Amino acid sequence: MENLINIFVKSIFIDNMVFAYFLGMCSYLAVSKTVKTSVGLGLAVIFVLGFTVPLNYLIENFILKEGAMRWLGEDFADVDLSFLRFIFFIAVIASMVQLVEMIVEKFSPSLYSSLGIFLPLIAVNCAILGGSLFMAEREYANIAEATVFGLGSGVGWFLAIVGIAAIREKIKYSNVPEPLKGLGITFIITGLMGLAFMGFMGINL
Amino acid sequence: MKFIRKQVDKIKPNFEKGGKLYFLHSFFDAVETFLFVPNKVTQKGAHIRDAVDMKRTMIIVVMAMIPAFLFGVYNTGYQHALATGAALDFWSMIGYGLIKILPIFIVVYVVGLGIEIIFAQIRKHEVNEGFFVSGFLIPLIMPVDVPLWMVAVATAFAVIFGKEVFGGSGMNILNPALTARAFLFFAYPAFMSGDKVWIGGMLKGEGIIDGFSGATPMAQAAEGSTQFVNGAGNALSNWDMFLGIMPGSIGETSTLAILLGAVLLIATGVGSLRIMISVLAGGALMGIILNLFAINPYMELPWWNHFIIGGFAFGMVFMATDPVTASQTAKGKIIYGVLIGMLAILFRVLNPAFPEGMMLAILLMNVFAPLIDYYVVQGNINKRMKRFKHAKA
Repeated sequence: MENLINIFVKSIFIDNMVFAYFLGMCSYLAVSKTVKTSVGLGLAVIFVLGFTVPLNYLIENFILKEGAMRWLGEDFADVDLSFLRFIFFIAVIASMVQLVEMIVEKFSPSLYSSLGIFLPLIAVNCAILGGSLFMAEREYANIAEATVFGLGSGVGWFLAIVGIAAIREKIKYSNVPEPLKGLGITFIITGLMGLAFMGFMGINL
Repeated sequence: MKFIRKQVDKIKPNFEKGGKLYFLHSFFDAVETFLFVPNKVTQKGAHIRDAVDMKRTMIIVVMAMIPAFLFGVYNTGYQHALATGAALDFWSMIGYGLIKILPIFIVVYVVGLGIEIIFAQIRKHEVNEGFFVSGFLIPLIMPVDVPLWMVAVATAFAVIFGKEVFGGSGMNILNPALTARAFLFFAYPAFMSGDKVWIGGMLKGEGIIDGFSGATPMAQAAEGSTQFVNGAGNALSNWDMFLGIMPGSIGETSTLAILLGAVLLIATGVGSLRIMISVLAGGALMGIILNLFAINPYMELPWWNHFIIGGFAFGMVFMATDPVTASQTAKGKIIYGVLIGMLAILFRVLNPAFPEGMMLAILLMNVFAPLIDYYVVQGNINKRMKRFKHAKA
């Protein structure tokens, strides 16, 4: 239990997808103009990460990894399919995103239209693939840990995009120099937010 | 006064459009408004007549910091005398403190105001008074021994990236003074933390007596001691720490001096009492929670002890209450303050990488203050909507 909490907190704050690894920047920058849409996209990312990471965990550990197919019999004991990792992971992610898209379109058409192209593009959001690949790389012990890690990464990304969206709504009234308006100032804010997030670095629960 | 006015009026045409010194007009403007109340008359829009303008607000904050500053000067000299084994002579201690601290102030103001004036000139707005406060805060949260060029770099970073890119005073996201400190903290950790930077001359080892340790109570607490000692090894009583006779950043050590400033801020309504109390409550709450778990000696440190060591009091009174970067709504201020207090103690105790958590807790909540405000406002809108629908039905 303590371990799970540790992984959760760590993946939200310390290994934050945006501020520690700068993953998922494209939608982070593009959809963070208003809090409302960014909350929608953030929830979608939490959902997708929360499902794809454990699914990919199963695939990784029962199909792809070297010796993972031992359960099929001794003949398969030395099969190593890890070169298929990207294709498998992306396929899982793409189908999950398809599902999310259908759900959002059904229940919130206004959110669907305001997210626009960025909703299907979650499929190629590097934070999502990154989540699965970090999961494979860090070799979590069981599926609970992988799920918690996926959810935590999603929550971290959610916090980042919602935080910056609120700031961007606020600085609409600021007198930002002309050349920096829009993306330029957003990059600077992201950097400053990263500075503030440094406080979590090194925390051990 | 008349004489100065006449002189200013005499040279004024040079700085107006077409004058040969026009390129210095915002500098002139800054000096003129510093000396005299501007005679500008607003023509349209709603008017509020009030003697309190930004300049007066800012100067009250600076006045509130004077006790902490004076104590910082004394303490710098005192700690140095203790470290070198010199006689504890009051005036020589004050003298040493001034020699150490005034250059930092000069560097901060020259660099900071210089950049402000350049920006004001290029962007054609007035020089803001905001930097008077930031410029006073930055030296107070630096270690005594910080190299002056670092102060200059950090000030430049804070003013340009912390403030001017957002359009100047009143529009920044992060507190500029804390941005300067955080920048140095991560860029040059060797000069911003550790046991040697807090006492004048100790980094270079000038005349420090053998066995003298410059560890702050924060550093000692991180190592698991609950009975703090000063550099010479004598025990520090809670009263000593409340008064501030211990190593630390220049202005942060004396809780008493800071409270004097807090009284002024609260009495004049410049600093938000709501935020200060929330921070205190959040810190107490987290401290009590940690006391209950108490797995290691640091967690056993009585919760109220956190308020008199390190920068908790200073951050609470002068940094968290910054009206620009704090939450703007009443409910938001409470959430903002409580979270700062809780996170500060959490960082202190659970994060071995940094001995002090106040700076990072405030910066983090600065980042999320707009979000808190957004949801408080939304909540209010929803509540009123409901009431409206109710009334209509």
